[in-house]
Amino acid sequence: MNSLILSVATRYLTGLLLVFSIYLLLRGHNEPGGGFIGGLTGATGFILQAMANGTDRAREALRLPPEVLAMLGLGAALLAGLMSALTGDAFLTGQWLFLGAEDGGKGLPLSSVLVFDIGVYLVVFGAVLTLVFEMEEHI
Amino acid sequence: MSWLLVAPLMLPFATAIAAYLAKGRAAGRWISIAGSALLLVAATLLLVEVNAQGVVAGQMGGWGAPFGITLVADRLSAVMVLITAIIALAVSVYALADIDTRLEQLGYHAIFNVLIAGVIGAFVTGDLFNLYVWFEVMLIASFGLLVLGGSPEQIDGGVKYVALNLIATVLFLAGVGLLYGATGTLNMADLSRAVEGVDPGLLSVIAMMFLLAFGMKAAVFPLFFWLPAAYHTPAFSVSAVFAGLLTKVGVYALIRCFTLIFDHDIGYTHQILLWVAGLTMITGVLGAAAQSDIRKILSFHIVSQIGYMVMGLALMTPLALVGTVFYLVHHIVVKANLFLIAGAVQRLAGSTELSRIGGLYKSAPLLALLFIIPAFSLAGFPPLSGFWAKFLLVKAAIGVEGWVIAGVALVVGLLTIYSMTKIWAAAFWSPHPEGRDTSLSQLSASDRRGLLLPIAGLAVITMVIGMAPDPFARFAEAAAADLLDPAAYVSAVLGEEQ
Repeated sequence: MNSLILSVATRYLTGLLLVFSIYLLLRGHNEPGGGFIGGLTGATGFILQAMANGTDRAREALRLPPEVLAMLGLGAALLAGLMSALTGDAFLTGQWLFLGAEDGGKGLPLSSVLVFDIGVYLVVFGAVLTLVFEMEEHI
Repeated sequence: MSWLLVAPLMLPFATAIAAYLAKGRAAGRWISIAGSALLLVAATLLLVEVNAQGVVAGQMGGWGAPFGITLVADRLSAVMVLITAIIALAVSVYALADIDTRLEQLGYHAIFNVLIAGVIGAFVTGDLFNLYVWFEVMLIASFGLLVLGGSPEQIDGGVKYVALNLIATVLFLAGVGLLYGATGTLNMADLSRAVEGVDPGLLSVIAMMFLLAFGMKAAVFPLFFWLPAAYHTPAFSVSAVFAGLLTKVGVYALIRCFTLIFDHDIGYTHQILLWVAGLTMITGVLGAAAQSDIRKILSFHIVSQIGYMVMGLALMTPLALVGTVFYLVHHIVVKANLFLIAGAVQRLAGSTELSRIGGLYKSAPLLALLFIIPAFSLAGFPPLSGFWAKFLLVKAAIGVEGWVIAGVALVVGLLTIYSMTKIWAAAFWSPHPEGRDTSLSQLSASDRRGLLLPIAGLAVITMVIGMAPDPFARFAEAAAADLLDPAAYVSAVLGEEQ
């Protein structure tokens, strides 16, 4: 699509969408949001790029091929599941690390659940972009 | 214990990721083979554990049944996982010679392993909704494999395949929804108890929705037509793994649901299953008789053989279920092998169309021998594995005075011989119409190894089951006993002391 308005707007929108997608990802732990919707939102940013400036520019901006990102996401989700083997829990049991926790406070909670969610984010992000780029290029 | 269940499920995923990142390089193939070999080890460990300890169950994420996702393996599940691993290993070795670099570049090995993960997931899950998820994983991966390469026939077959399977999936999901509405649970072990409070009429309706959905996946009469439309189009490795495993997941799901959940009105539901079984056997074998392409003949025979397995389930006696379990295992090995042989025939004689090939008996006697074993086993010749499978089922039918179904099973067996001799006569005995050199020496040594090793390995398994059926039958007996008395399954999942 050859539209000046779209391509200028895309410059700002892509960044905003990506920030928002990460916000959704992190928010998802206790409130509506999460890896799936975050991944979709993030993918929208690059889909806009592809529509405004062509898929070549979008692929360049992404650096890694989207299908590799999806596979890395699958790997992250798998690793998150396997982390529970270290403590002898069942597969996919959430493992928590409370950084700097003091009496009463929880400090900074880090968990394998977040790693799993990041995996989901990347799978959705990569899979959607793979589909959209293919369609843009071949249809 | 739960890690024994997780390993066969996670290994194919890990293999898929590694194979994808190495795609287009030779490493991808070897990763796929190594992954399948590890899977075989994991599956064997699981089977040994289940055989020694009884049902193994694990709650993923530590969320207890019936709320979390349960993985569970009884003897039937464990043996299905093992046989899946065997086929995965055979096909990934075969792929060395069969899959060209273009398909590898497109990610063949990764999708193949995701498919295997989906199949195993369906076998070990203890939750109906989770079963739906594994069906989806399988469907997406199998569609990918079916159209990989993108020739027009492939797209044509693939679209029919995916459209009908999507309808089946939607029906399944609707049935799952109704069942959840009626009972408030989807854990299969929990359902087995919860359905007692449901109105039997409503339960029969839900059972029929499941029958339609799984029947479409298993390719039973009259829902089989997608199968012969699709299975002759993709690469031979792909059609072998489809032929061996995919419809059998549908059969497995039927067995699981109609022994564990829908056993409230056997006189009604299983009577319908019996009709379906008989008609499936007949239409399948007649359809095969009308075909002239090896892969199409074999595709119709999948349909007819599915009838035998459903027949055992429909009769629902201990002996009939023994026959079904035995048949499942025997059939997967034999059917996948016949498709692999079809691939070797294509490589040597240049086609799988019977009128355009020939001369293989003289030029490749080894292949002829390797064809005879699974072909005659499929038809039910003693002393091969298929004889015992059919013997058990027919004996079970006679035991409950089901003369008609026993007669159908025997006649269909005879007609199967007709199709196998047709392939034998055209591909092996008659001379090649173009006088082409069809000897094995036209292949490179590594291609010969890649093609013949898996075929020979699977043929040996068929021979072993046929020559020493006793331990296999005893195992099938124990598996059938598990199915008929699900108390151990239920208490293992729900975590109660027996």
